Amino acid sequence: MLLIPCPWCGPRAEIEYRYGGQAHVAYPPEPAALTDAEWAAYLFLRDNPKGPFAERWCHAAGCRRWFNVLRDTATHEIHFSYRAGERP
Amino acid sequence: MVIVGAGGHGLATAYYLARNHGITDVAVVERGWLGGGNMARNTTIIRSNYLLDESAGIYEHALKLWEGLAEELDHDLLFSQRGVLNLAHTPQDVRDGMRRINANRLNGVDAEWLTPEQAREFCPILNISPDSRHPVLGGTLQRRGGIAKHDRVAWAYAGAADALGVDLIQDCEVTGFTTAGGRVTGVRTTRGDIGAGRVALAAAGHTSVLAALAGFRVPIQSHPLQALVSELLEPVHPCVVMSNAVHVYVSQAHKGELVMGAGIDSYNSYAQRGGFHVIEHQMAAALELFPIFARARVLRTWGGIVDVTPDASPVIGRTPVDGLYVNCGWGTGGFKATPSSGWVYAHTIATGEPHPLNAPFSLDRFTTGALIDEHGAAAVAH
Repeated sequence: MLLIPCPWCGPRAEIEYRYGGQAHVAYPPEPAALTDAEWAAYLFLRDNPKGPFAERWCHAAGCRRWFNVLRDTATHEIHFSYRAGERP
Repeated sequence: MVIVGAGGHGLATAYYLARNHGITDVAVVERGWLGGGNMARNTTIIRSNYLLDESAGIYEHALKLWEGLAEELDHDLLFSQRGVLNLAHTPQDVRDGMRRINANRLNGVDAEWLTPEQAREFCPILNISPDSRHPVLGGTLQRRGGIAKHDRVAWAYAGAADALGVDLIQDCEVTGFTTAGGRVTGVRTTRGDIGAGRVALAAAGHTSVLAALAGFRVPIQSHPLQALVSELLEPVHPCVVMSNAVHVYVSQAHKGELVMGAGIDSYNSYAQRGGFHVIEHQMAAALELFPIFARARVLRTWGGIVDVTPDASPVIGRTPVDGLYVNCGWGTGGFKATPSSGWVYAHTIATGEPHPLNAPFSLDRFTTGALIDEHGAAAVAH
């Protein structure tokens, strides 16, 4: 089980959290202006790297806030976490 | 031609390229060893009772091939059509199950509804008490479904492909692709370059990594999927029982181990392991359904890396790079499809056009919107 550092509550067990996938995926400012391929990419394509990955977690059974974690998908090593709206 | 990945799908593809299309100038390159990835890690369940026409087509084609495969490959695959029972625990599960039975029958796929009493008759160790945490309200049964011995399937396809002249190259990781004018001309590997007019990916959880090397993206997220076996027990469990609602699926292998699969771990990973709490959750559900398992001991747990698509259906077809093909996205349920996956992928590579059975499973369905949403029939227990 992962030990995930919530930026507000500190390190807690993975079962307190909910996963949110890739971080920093912004809603397109003008969705109607996108081509079908661009809209499909926004809806369905997410990075899936083998290595460091910036991802979202929600401390669902704690402070219930969303934040970001830089974690290595090959080793599960967590490099650091940071609050939503911040950049690593 | 080069096939990247010597798992079940890659090996079956090589075999059918040679058998159906007479193409034997084929190398299957594998970063590990034959059948050592998800082919060695799945829970070997075979069924074809999917909801949608497209899925019924490809999975039923697989089941029909399974029914003659041991004879064709001249290899005892321990294919056992002992029946797959999908349990319903809520009124909505019941409605969905009955709808799926009707859809299956329209597609020529055998399916029947069992009441809780009939389910216990079919699987006597099943707890159908209404007081249970997840009461059994009935279930769908596909009698032609069952299990096979995964390792034997991999070795049978490998042996048959080898006998027809296909080269199988292990310990050979693809590190890049060579292209000319937007067309693939070969692969770079840890053991040197191989020139090829056509290259076919069959790399499951590592497809995104390979696609990135070739310069395109696939709608895949890689997750750990865990399973476990118990110590060897007397035969107690005569069929396959799956429960999507409580995230467990169980059969008993020929040797005697109870084989159980869990749901995926939530996060992206390439590490072939997951959290123990996922196993614990799965065991809690299994004990509720099968109280007799309470004294069984876990012998071994493991994880594989599954390639999950947004609509729980695979992607088989062309890519944005000419001559480069992809077969991926089988997620948590690729083993059952091994024969037809190889069959239609070989057709696609050999002719340059998809087989009618895999045409709907193109990469561009995510742009056109023609998704094949099998979350209901696939769910966790694909």
